[in-house]
Amino acid sequence: MYAQMVKTEADRVKTLAEMDECERVFQERVDRGVKIEPKDWMPDGYRKTLIRQISQHAHSEIVGQLPEGNWISRAPTLQRKVILLAKVQDEAGHGLYLYGAAETLGVSRDELTAQLLSGRAKYSSIFNYPTLSWADMGAIGWLVDGAAIMNQVPLQRCSYGPYARAMIKVCKEESFHQRQGFDIMMSLCRGSAAQKAMAQDALDRWWAPSLMMFGPPDEHSVHSAQSKAWKIKINGNDELRHKFVDQTVPQAKLLGLEIPDPDLRWNEARGSYDIGQIDWEEFFQVVGGNGPCNRERLAARNKAHEDGAWFRDGLMAHADKTKARQQSQGEAA
Amino acid sequence: MEGAGAANPQSINHREPSDREIFNLALVMGDNCLILGQQISQWAGHAPILEEDIAQANIALDLIGQAQYWLGLAGEIEGLKSEAAPASNVKGRSAGPRSADDLAFLREPHEFRNFRLAEIPNGDYAHTLMRQFLFDNWHFHMLQILSQTPCMPVRDIAGKALKEVTYHLQRSSDLVIGLGDGSDESHQRMQGALDHFWPYTCELCDPRWGVDLELWGLGDSAALNLKANWDAYLARVMIKATLVIPERAPLVAGLRPGTHTEHLGYILADMQLLQRAHPGASW
Repeated sequence: MYAQMVKTEADRVKTLAEMDECERVFQERVDRGVKIEPKDWMPDGYRKTLIRQISQHAHSEIVGQLPEGNWISRAPTLQRKVILLAKVQDEAGHGLYLYGAAETLGVSRDELTAQLLSGRAKYSSIFNYPTLSWADMGAIGWLVDGAAIMNQVPLQRCSYGPYARAMIKVCKEESFHQRQGFDIMMSLCRGSAAQKAMAQDALDRWWAPSLMMFGPPDEHSVHSAQSKAWKIKINGNDELRHKFVDQTVPQAKLLGLEIPDPDLRWNEARGSYDIGQIDWEEFFQVVGGNGPCNRERLAARNKAHEDGAWFRDGLMAHADKTKARQQSQGEAA
Repeated sequence: MEGAGAANPQSINHREPSDREIFNLALVMGDNCLILGQQISQWAGHAPILEEDIAQANIALDLIGQAQYWLGLAGEIEGLKSEAAPASNVKGRSAGPRSADDLAFLREPHEFRNFRLAEIPNGDYAHTLMRQFLFDNWHFHMLQILSQTPCMPVRDIAGKALKEVTYHLQRSSDLVIGLGDGSDESHQRMQGALDHFWPYTCELCDPRWGVDLELWGLGDSAALNLKANWDAYLARVMIKATLVIPERAPLVAGLRPGTHTEHLGYILADMQLLQRAHPGASW
């Protein structure tokens, strides 16, 4: 999940009877499955929550370039290099059209960027973990993109038109990324003992953080209930986490890798895997800025922005000069 | 495009280039694309604005894709005839013709044929853009000539690459003009970058680098055209960019194929890490 624990401003979900006229018409449209478009009336809370959710997703794509960008120069073949570069480029592209979707709600990309750079805005906890080996490129594609897809596929049906449409495009590319990640893992697992060990080590490090991507259990969260009522969140966190585990465990078996969870068991009654306790303390530390790479990630984004100020200013100055020249030519003529 | 000049090759067919000549040309083209693509791919996630992250990744993708074609051709030619460069006996490489990957990941620095210009570090964004422009200006005019050679495998790759590089040159020219004729700071940075790279531009059109265009069935004037077109296009862009072409002499000393800076060893150590650490592994 690229958006985690998005707050909604709600202290409880209102019933239709408690809503005013505008709210009721809005909610009934959402309930009927009619898409909300930028010019439609919407409750303030809906607008603010969507801005938080979409921008958190966009920021995650932007910061998400960094851990994988770390291995572009060391990709082991030209084909792998090209695929990884294309993937990182896709992430920047996702960021671009998600910021575009957020802008339809009346917030500028500059404002959102400032929130990210100052540390006020959140992005997915997963990108605060380091990429230590080539196998991490496989594990990220397989697990991280796999987990993201779990959440993003249902969001293609979310109530806000521009977000739903952005998700359709994102999902197509994410599923390609996931297949590529699995393909890297497959090559490593069919390779030498050293390569297979590299793959197992990557799974060992990325498994728990991938499960944390879905966020803590939220069956009692009022924010999740409100977001579900607005159809900008479709499934519960645990529901998606279990779906992800059930999908991934057989894939790990196919690879010949061991899931690093001694408590992982098939639960016949539920028809799903039971998993061990997740270390939510670690999750809250990472979300709170104390993850292994939080400082590095934010520092890298700030450096890019600050070092690039002259570039952006220079092109603006050129645009102004060109415009002034055109005006004076127009006047002379 | 800033009116980039068309090549005007005379159709005097000297002779078919030898396998070794095709091999050498493919290395010059492929190694330049590979090393420059490798360098600019480092901007992904670190560029001044999101659109530039995307653009740099795009150009890196084009260049590495072209490197795959050129190095693939080099390996193919080498495999056909023993007259081409002898296969080096590298541990971990399977027998048979060298693949593009073998050539990229298992050669030593002295075997690379890229210009020194391509291996100078990225520096700040002004350096990266100026290096790109100087290279694109050569790349475009070189491909224009090669896309008319009677040597079919070379002509095919050059024709495909030319479409991409036409855009690269358009983009880098626009940015050099925009930033040269932008703010005081952007102007100074771009002038500094031009001064920095100028000494390395001597290699770009010099037949001593290992590609003698006279041999390519393109007529005696091809090499002259390359240099003339490079100079003319550079002058047009620099006037618009309000930048001054340095008078400083280029670095001609030691000019021969395989001349490199100390940077190349580090670029290759990084790029070749996994292939060197796991000989013979597939990825």
